[in-house]
Amino acid sequence: MTVAAGSPRAGNVLELRGVRKEFGGVPVLHGVDLVGRPGEVVAVVGANGAGKSTLIKILAGALPMSGGEMWLDGARVEPRSPHDAHDLGIRTVYQELTLVPELTVTENLLLGNFPRRRTGLIDWPAAHAKAGRLLAEIGFGAVHPRAIAGRLTVARQQMVEIAKALVSEPRVLVLDEPSAVLAGTDLDSLFGLIRRLRDRGVLVIYVSHRLAEVLDLATSIVVIKDGRVVTTTEPARTSEDELIRLMAGRRLERIYPARRTGFGEPRLRVTGLSRPGEFTDVSFTVRAGEIVGMFGLVGSGRSELARCVFGAEPASTGEVRVGTESGSDTEQSGRTGATTFRSPTQAITAGLALVTEDRKRTGLVPELTVRDNIGLTTLYSTTRAGLLDVPRHRRAVDDLIARLDIRPAHCATMPVVRLSGGNQQKAVLAKWLLAGPRVLILDEPTRGVDMATRMSIYQMVDDLARDGLAVLLISSDLTEVLGATDRVLVMREGRITADLDAEHTTEDEVLGYSIGRAG
Amino acid sequence: MTGQLTDAGPEPAVEPGRRNRLTVAGRPVTVETGFLTLVVLALAVAALTSDAFLTQTNLTNLLKQMVTTGLLAFGMLVVILTGGIDLSVGSVVAFAGIVTAGLVSGLPLPLAMAVGIASGIAFGLVNGILVARFELAPFVVTLAALTTIRGLAFVYSEVPIAPEHPDFFWLGSAMLGPIPLTTVIMALVFLAGGLFLSRTPAGRSIIAIGGNAETVRLAGINVRRHVVLAYAISGACAGLAGVILASRVGIAQPSVGVAFELDAIAACVIGGASLAGGRGTARGTLGGVLILVLINNLLNLYDVQSFWQQVLKGVVIVVVIGVQRASRPRA
Repeated sequence: MTVAAGSPRAGNVLELRGVRKEFGGVPVLHGVDLVGRPGEVVAVVGANGAGKSTLIKILAGALPMSGGEMWLDGARVEPRSPHDAHDLGIRTVYQELTLVPELTVTENLLLGNFPRRRTGLIDWPAAHAKAGRLLAEIGFGAVHPRAIAGRLTVARQQMVEIAKALVSEPRVLVLDEPSAVLAGTDLDSLFGLIRRLRDRGVLVIYVSHRLAEVLDLATSIVVIKDGRVVTTTEPARTSEDELIRLMAGRRLERIYPARRTGFGEPRLRVTGLSRPGEFTDVSFTVRAGEIVGMFGLVGSGRSELARCVFGAEPASTGEVRVGTESGSDTEQSGRTGATTFRSPTQAITAGLALVTEDRKRTGLVPELTVRDNIGLTTLYSTTRAGLLDVPRHRRAVDDLIARLDIRPAHCATMPVVRLSGGNQQKAVLAKWLLAGPRVLILDEPTRGVDMATRMSIYQMVDDLARDGLAVLLISSDLTEVLGATDRVLVMREGRITADLDAEHTTEDEVLGYSIGRAG
Repeated sequence: MTGQLTDAGPEPAVEPGRRNRLTVAGRPVTVETGFLTLVVLALAVAALTSDAFLTQTNLTNLLKQMVTTGLLAFGMLVVILTGGIDLSVGSVVAFAGIVTAGLVSGLPLPLAMAVGIASGIAFGLVNGILVARFELAPFVVTLAALTTIRGLAFVYSEVPIAPEHPDFFWLGSAMLGPIPLTTVIMALVFLAGGLFLSRTPAGRSIIAIGGNAETVRLAGINVRRHVVLAYAISGACAGLAGVILASRVGIAQPSVGVAFELDAIAACVIGGASLAGGRGTARGTLGGVLILVLINNLLNLYDVQSFWQQVLKGVVIVVVIGVQRASRPRA
């Protein structure tokens, strides 16, 4: 078989050659090569800021290349818009959800392609049936076609998102951190789906921070660092440690800091807390210097519990105490019989801080600068004669930016959305540290965060605990829950089902309690 | 363009955000430089082509004309920053004016004026509470207020009131040297207002609320109270504008101020404020007011029919906003 000069090797669906991208003269990708054949799963791994998202956007047609070539099935292509890329058979599922929240799953899946009656009106029974079939075929039968997309859990929405991408039967499917919000059986469905796609000859480009999963699923692994491909390897020829070393460019001895011992007085005491439909009779204590993990599948009520402890939602019964201070008795206001904090303001005054699970929706004000975002919690406490004490406020914030090493340098006046995911998360943390809390609740603090930033977050939390802070770390990452904490609370269907010593328990045991298969 | 997909990835950290900027002679066009150019241009054209423009009378007029729009626009800006809108300001102008004119025969003048302004604050508080506490849509609440307050103004007095109190005219006609007192008051409102937005915890909070109210609430800031405050400020500005307008004209009419809210909104938007909230400055809004008033004044001097004035104003608004859109770095 003759191959014309300049054309790609036979058998490749997709071939990238020396793809470059600059933003205003700043190079982000320095010539990336990537090759994929039908039925392969090519994993792309790299630290945040390595250029993975830029690469994905180029594949998706959302960003133009500054240089280099893209070949699809032996033809040179250059998608100029996401629409172009769709037409070429490349579909991309981003981390951020793009569903129309008010519409049903069916409407989201079939938007623009509804089956019609002869009258021209939409044939709804047929549409729902078609959507149901589509979902069942790819193993996501658990999602109901008539459900309103916005009311589904984030995990289910993600599944709809993937189903939507598959409606047009693409030849290349790009998945950006698809597992970040999934857990348990949902995660199994995703992996099952990827294996089936592989068998059907679809090329899957898979971006993930979860290296174990990458090693399990991928046929080849592309490691990117600082906009360059460091190496292209295969799961059989590498290991998690080696990948981490390649991504970070240095050997990372251990991911989690050593455990501390000797905890102080109880700092956060939650007793018999209930909120109908979300969680029931929850009691636990976090002591000074202690990091308590809370594991549970998505939908087990963890995040709702955190918001309630923090006073963002009312409870029906129960009590929340920080140190010796208790939440005010809301019975007097006639609402409920609970002694909890009535507002985040009250909770913060008592010494609580909550890093929420959804940075974009509840953690940041995207358009404001990094400095303004971090300074939010202390606006009212850094005043002089009624005016904001700008120099003092600025100094306190800038100190934290430096201490947490939020990058790029001099990012204080940049809109916070321009930071990478990991650095955005650091900014959220900085905002809460500025408030000087005694109890820190972290809800999925490392979701969508690269390994290097993850490690610095663990280290930071460890330092804070050493200084006597009480930490509640909510996570659906088993390794993290066991590695970064002292004690693990397992939550299932709104109840705490186990309280385990992190050092002596196993992933199997924790998972068992979380799905009701204790033992 | 690429629409929402462009914002989808979390990562382009290195991107300095300078692409797609509109540049002239290699320099990016910012809101400030754009305004300056526009205002200078308009002034130059006016001075060169009309003998009447640079006369004392016309300039004084110009300074007086901008006061109403200016005051309303600042109040509107504060509400817009929270992500809301206040359509009721034109009606508040009428109500505050007619109440003040009505009370002047029985009450001392300063007290009558204070009541006028206070009525504006009261209406603003009601708007704010309906929006913040009862979570009704700002557009609907203030649209209802627009008609209610207009009705109340007519209920108070169906006919215009022309007070005979000689001091009633003083506020609207007093001069500080070459500058009308009311213009100085408006300038002070913008000065204090700019300081409020940039230097006080409440002002910073209001801007942040427009960006993401839930994040602000979870940061321990009482969002409702700040939203109520924003509408109260708008009400106060409208009340003050009503009192000043009545004093300047010398007669208070229950029908005055129809569609004033539109000029105020236009000034904010021309000044770079986002109707989605979270972005906008006092300085920009003042620039917007200047441009609007200059356009009006010029077209008057050229004797352009008032209907054509409306058409032209609409075109200018779209052009200015189009230029801004092109010059803003995209996310």
